[in-house]
Amino acid sequence: MKTGTDRVKRGMAEMQKGGVIMDVVNAEQAKIAEEAGAVAVMALERVPSDIRAAGGVARMADPRIVEEVMGAVSIPVMAKARIGHIVEARLLEAMGADYIDESEVLTPADEEYHLNKRDYTVPFVCGCRDLGEAARRIGEGASMLRTKGEPGTGNIVEAVRHIRKVNAQVRKVVGMNEDELMTEAKLLGAPYELLLEIKSLGRLPVVNFAAGGVATPADAALMMELGADGVFVGSGIFKSENPAKFARAIVEATTHYQDYKLIAELSKELGTPMKGIEISSLAPEARMQERGW
Amino acid sequence: MIKVGVLGLQGAVREHVLSVEACGAEAVVIKRKEQLDEVDGLILPGGESTTMRRLIDKYDFMDSLKEFAQSGKPMFGTCAGLILLANHIIGYDEPHIGVMDVQVERNSFGRQRESFEADLDIAGVAGDFAAVFIRAPHIVEAGENVEVLAKHNGRIVAAREGRFLGCSFHPELTDDHRLTGYFIEMIKESKQVTI
Repeated sequence: MKTGTDRVKRGMAEMQKGGVIMDVVNAEQAKIAEEAGAVAVMALERVPSDIRAAGGVARMADPRIVEEVMGAVSIPVMAKARIGHIVEARLLEAMGADYIDESEVLTPADEEYHLNKRDYTVPFVCGCRDLGEAARRIGEGASMLRTKGEPGTGNIVEAVRHIRKVNAQVRKVVGMNEDELMTEAKLLGAPYELLLEIKSLGRLPVVNFAAGGVATPADAALMMELGADGVFVGSGIFKSENPAKFARAIVEATTHYQDYKLIAELSKELGTPMKGIEISSLAPEARMQERGW
Repeated sequence: MIKVGVLGLQGAVREHVLSVEACGAEAVVIKRKEQLDEVDGLILPGGESTTMRRLIDKYDFMDSLKEFAQSGKPMFGTCAGLILLANHIIGYDEPHIGVMDVQVERNSFGRQRESFEADLDIAGVAGDFAAVFIRAPHIVEAGENVEVLAKHNGRIVAAREGRFLGCSFHPELTDDHRLTGYFIEMIKESKQVTI
């Protein structure tokens, strides 16, 4: 009997496919998310748009919040650790969090190295903007990927850019001759063996979700249409006017992402979505997606 | 050719489709209840059972799934799918589809860090089956007509009751298609009976 194997860690993310993972800050929100059909919740101290507004250093959530959320729901509970923060990750693992997001939404603890995620029994999800980043994170042991998007903006444009980029680069690798892959690995900054694996599988070896800017059911369906395996929704649900209704509508739109009549129906009279931010109005240092290397 | 439906609301749908195809049958991803008429058997995949239940209710799938179960066509539930089939779930008043005479406990091996791989001896299927357990349930009690196919550390993790097959683990996550093949044989048998 073996725990923490690649199959067990990656398999956990496979079970989340076609689903929505929602950011929550307390037990009450976690229950609303579970009731709406979320496949998992991400326990946080603040949702990304509040982290943005608060400024300063954003750290791992108070363990009590994580504990409270774990006690409130039977679906998996994820939590965020700062990039490179070994101790935050270790203590979330010790507490029994089901997945750790080594996340650029929090202020990085290490500006050179990400965590060696192979060392852990708990699986990790990491953000990516292109195949190089995706492959480096898998190389470090990430069992699941997500687009970075631009968290807390309610603006889907960056997540669209990232999923298109990753998928276009995967297609390119799949179509290449094997003798071209080493140079491609060098150009992407990606492990060569991983490109070989992508070429033979015809896809990434782990699940890739959309994240960072999903605010409406149509946004969620768009990301599925573009090839995401599922969707993370951060501020989009609990910063909307009617969280329970938004949560249910986003879950259904993700499942039936090509049923446009249905999505039109469930988008009716949802109330106001979260207020968005135009990306070009963000100062370069306020762009969370630039964090990570 | 045998047509096997895979309930496609959420979870590891693609892996089951590939496994069915590897066994030489045709796979159909079922997203709408009308599609159930097209298939000879149905796989309920792993995923989150609470999420699947919510989506089943939303589109009035439940009655169609119960009718499908009564029609004599085989059903195979893996992990969350086993929970959907069980007629009793510990801690819950009501079952989901509730057609298999077993009592199951959700997440009974613990949280994700306790998820594991183990080799199993599955009666009539394989003596060395690499099984992947992810936040898995197990069968606490099986009715008298239920045939226990496999145990892990004394806990029932695979069982069959007539045309219903259920397991705690994820055969779709490995390249070993023998359990899926066993289910397809069940479908073939059921078709002979109906003819």
